[in-house]
Amino acid sequence: MQKRTLVPIVYILFLMLPIYWLVAMSFKTTNEILAGFSLFPQTFTLENYRVIFTDPTWYWGYINSILYVTMNTVISVAVSLPAAYAFSRYRFLGDKQLFFWLLTNRMAPAAVFALPFFQLYSAVGLFDTHLAVALAHCLFNIPLAVWILEGFMRGIPKELDETAFVDGYSFPRFFATIFVPSIKAGVGVAAFFCFMFSWVEMLLAKTLTAVDAKPIAATMTKTASSAGYELGLLAAAGTLTIIPGAIVIWFVRNYIAKGFAMGRV
Amino acid sequence: MKTENQKAWFFVLPVLLLVAFNALIPMMTVVNYSVQETFGDNLFFWQGLGWFEQILRSDRFHAALGRQFLFTFLILIIEVPLGIAIALSMPRKGFWVPVCLVLMALPMLIPWNVVGAMWNIFTLPDIGLLGYFLNHVIGINYDMTQDPLAAWITIVTMDVWHWTSLVVLLSYAGLVSIPDAYYQAAKIDGASNWAVFRFIQLPKMKTVLTIAILLRFMDSFNIYTEPFVMTGGGPGNSTTLLSIDLVKIALGQFDLGPAAAMSLIYFAITLLVSWLFYTLMTKDDLN
Repeated sequence: MQKRTLVPIVYILFLMLPIYWLVAMSFKTTNEILAGFSLFPQTFTLENYRVIFTDPTWYWGYINSILYVTMNTVISVAVSLPAAYAFSRYRFLGDKQLFFWLLTNRMAPAAVFALPFFQLYSAVGLFDTHLAVALAHCLFNIPLAVWILEGFMRGIPKELDETAFVDGYSFPRFFATIFVPSIKAGVGVAAFFCFMFSWVEMLLAKTLTAVDAKPIAATMTKTASSAGYELGLLAAAGTLTIIPGAIVIWFVRNYIAKGFAMGRV
Repeated sequence: MKTENQKAWFFVLPVLLLVAFNALIPMMTVVNYSVQETFGDNLFFWQGLGWFEQILRSDRFHAALGRQFLFTFLILIIEVPLGIAIALSMPRKGFWVPVCLVLMALPMLIPWNVVGAMWNIFTLPDIGLLGYFLNHVIGINYDMTQDPLAAWITIVTMDVWHWTSLVVLLSYAGLVSIPDAYYQAAKIDGASNWAVFRFIQLPKMKTVLTIAILLRFMDSFNIYTEPFVMTGGGPGNSTTLLSIDLVKIALGQFDLGPAAAMSLIYFAITLLVSWLFYTLMTKDDLN
């Protein structure tokens, strides 16, 4: 029995090591980092964090990222709910093909789309807006949200719909007050995944923005290349990007496993 | 059973329009570039399928494709068995379950460029935790900016660190869905651990494992940001995977035609392999 519990512990330790190193480095001064190896910060400093929280180019990076991620999550879940309902309840012309076509967009390498996306969003006048990134991330988040929601919806018996209609519910009222609440775990999980994939994606976000909607990644890249490689600052910025993910995952902790299985267990 | 209803299209319409806007227009742009030659100034000349021929015959593409398949093969063959093993040894109930799950999911929630930067810092030869340990405690000469083998081991380890949890979480979801009665029946029959795994746990995990392999295949085949931040494709071209090579051609050399043709070939390969996985998966769903 002891040996069995050891496996997850060793695995989690392995996962935590690089994260620990990032966090430890964020509390060191640049001089200490470059001077040599130290397991713990010798001169503990909050200077790196102070820089980030007082310099607008830094903290606006976070605000921009959170803004477009939130917009994307709302849009993706809102349009995916009716679509997933259609896929889980009805057969219609081309339904299977459409479902697979949606999934194929999850397979397109972002690198393929970077340049055409830049041109497209420049042409429609959305370049360097939060909406541009939010819409672009729909490319891979909507298929995922539809897939997850459809998985959760097929677990709800059709009798629920039929009973509601017999009771005289209109479709919108049934959908909003009965159906969606009965799959709220699924909605939570879908929202979590949209948040996650929009938050971690940086290639398109960087390509579609210049100044006003610049994500935190772009600010970090600039620091890494220009300001003489300020590792401490970079580590602090990296540490701060872990926090939003850690917060949202705590809310869905009881549904993580089922969510990762797209509701299909 | 599902009922036939063509009006369902109206429910799907918003999704269709949004995804089509993002997928079809850029895709048409790529197709457009792939059949034309340009010398700048927005002047384009019809090129036919010349770029496709050139890419399919180029050694550079073959090399990048080979590296890509090797990378995807390596991470699948490590992450899938490892993920299953970890899921099997996890507790099924109790306080530690959500804690384990949250900690395991954490690497997946870190922005990809931060993952790259983090592993860079972690592996710096003299001041990184891993780099220092390997060089000065164990005494191996480790520097991924110099040694291709070290660079490969590092990016594979990074991916194992980043994504094994996906396999763990999916397998775990399959495992907890097995009713206790199955295990009791196996116990009465005196089944060995291996038999329990082979005939009870593995079949239950089949669907979720297919999803895991499908997702890991698609994402590892498209990987760009992490290795780009870590190695930039080097040393030399040793870690130049497909996406990295593509961006080099498109944005580095600004050869839009060949880059577009390569994009389409690349996408077609991903699509083909994913389609195979998908048919396997939906076949299971029907049964």
